[in-house]
Amino acid sequence: MGLGVAVGHILVENLHKWFVERRSASRIADENPGPAKGDRVFVLNDINLEIPDGELVCILGPSGCGKTTFVRIVAGFDTPTAGKVLTDGKPVNGPSSDNIFVFQHSGLLPWMTVRENVMLGLRRMKDRKLMAEKVQEYIDIVDLVGFEDHYPHQLSGGMQRRAELARALVVNPEILFMDEPFAGLDFLTRIKMREEVINMHEFIQKTIIFITHDIDEAMIMADRVVVFSDRPAVIKMDVKIPARHPRDFSCDPELEGLRRQVYTELGVHYAL
Amino acid sequence: MWERTKGFILPSFAFVILLAVWQVTKIATGWSVAVFPSPLEAAAGMWELIKEGTLLKHSVASLFRVTLGFYLAVIFGLPLGILLGWWKTGQAITNSLIQFLRPISPLAWIPLAVLWFGIGDKPAVFLIFLSSFFPLVVATITAVNGIRSIYFQVAANFNFSAFETATKIIIPAILPPIMPALRISVGIAWLVVVAAEMIAVKSGLGFLILDSRNALRMDYVMDAMIAIGVIGICLDRVISQLSRIKSVSWGSV
Ligand SMILES: Nc1ncnc2c1ncn2[C@@H]1O[C@H](COP(=O)(O)OP(=O)(O)OP(=O)(O)O)[C@@H](O)[C@H]1O
Ligand SMILES: [Mg+2]
Repeated sequence: MGLGVAVGHILVENLHKWFVERRSASRIADENPGPAKGDRVFVLNDINLEIPDGELVCILGPSGCGKTTFVRIVAGFDTPTAGKVLTDGKPVNGPSSDNIFVFQHSGLLPWMTVRENVMLGLRRMKDRKLMAEKVQEYIDIVDLVGFEDHYPHQLSGGMQRRAELARALVVNPEILFMDEPFAGLDFLTRIKMREEVINMHEFIQKTIIFITHDIDEAMIMADRVVVFSDRPAVIKMDVKIPARHPRDFSCDPELEGLRRQVYTELGVHYAL
Repeated sequence: MWERTKGFILPSFAFVILLAVWQVTKIATGWSVAVFPSPLEAAAGMWELIKEGTLLKHSVASLFRVTLGFYLAVIFGLPLGILLGWWKTGQAITNSLIQFLRPISPLAWIPLAVLWFGIGDKPAVFLIFLSSFFPLVVATITAVNGIRSIYFQVAANFNFSAFETATKIIIPAILPPIMPALRISVGIAWLVVVAAEMIAVKSGLGFLILDSRNALRMDYVMDAMIAIGVIGICLDRVISQLSRIKSVSWGSV
């Protein structure tokens, strides 16, 4: 740490976040269960988390509990109400190109082709030929060869997700934030992309924070699974998964035990 | 086949009907050519105007003024709109002022324009500039305000400079929503140029109308009106072709 090289170490201490409702309340007072103007929406309640460099952490939690909010704060897109967030020992102030964020809703620039989008993170590279090769390599990885010059609106939803993944991966970021990156991908592509992320992670060992709703996906991919509670979110469960890849629940009783535990924490009985 | 029919044959029906109504009215009223020329009389006048080169000369003069005034409005209006859309404080400061100036018809500026710029092209160009400038500024501000915040987050994530944010995010993002505003502005500019040419200048289609009226040549008046309509359609076509350009068409789907 602090050797001049960016390192993907993350420290979150006593992180609190609430939003102040700007929208004014509905006229019909009784029929207004939502927050009124000026009310606080308490989202994150004292989150403490240390993520060592190179860990692949999956965050699970019920919808609307604050996962996106949490990751946005760590990535510097939003500020905490209280508490502190350090990456690489330094307080986060604003987004940085060392940490790439894959947005829950498409973040591709619609006026740029797939190639131009993937190029964004490498646009300052001096060696244009090497740059073009790297861009092509990642377009190849996400299986978009032949669509380099298409605009996002000419791609299917899944292809758009893949293009955005390529744009993030090509930068080789110190920390990769992924907010449900595989949402909307078909089953086969999803498995393929999981494998791609796991392989890339084993190979380059960079920190990845990965939000998903899919418990099995988290169990298959993560070095560590963090489960958030309902809003206001606290960390309900934080387990390391030591099993090696590829993982198979049926042959690994320990992994299977953890998996059941996560299902229970999230309030579902997976036996059903 | 249906596309052809819809695109050309159906619209021409309307013009045939217009000509028929025109001719019938002429016969029914029996007015003289000095009051109400028939389609044929107007066509004869048109032929004279074309043959002498008068129509071309005046059309070019009007188009020149519109083009210049409109370009000036684009050159000043778009950057100002982008700046104000981006810089919220500036927007808060100027918003009321723009809303106050906007509803003042460009024609209300005629006395001042003549006083400031004298006789000739300048006051006309100034009036056209005014007529296009405010709608363009307002449309640009609205377009910038409407850019999805996620694009700015992407820009921040990839360390875009302010210049890059302007050229790679803001300008491409506002092009599609701004196209209709450009179209409307050209339309307004074309309306205003005719009025502007009725004062202070000795050329242009507006001048042709005024001059022909003084000479009691109502056929020429109608011919100038026809030319104004035709050129108006062409200007609109030119601008709407712009929105077919690849980098603008991303928003159309
Ligand atoms: N800008 C904002 N202003 C006000 N409230 C907000 C804002 N952003 C998020 N919230 C509220 O914070 C809560 C958490 O939102 P968040 O997007 O972090 O949930 P999430 O865990 O990512 O949900 P999902 O799994 O459905 O994506 C929600 O109740 C939401 O209404
Ligand atoms: Mg979310």
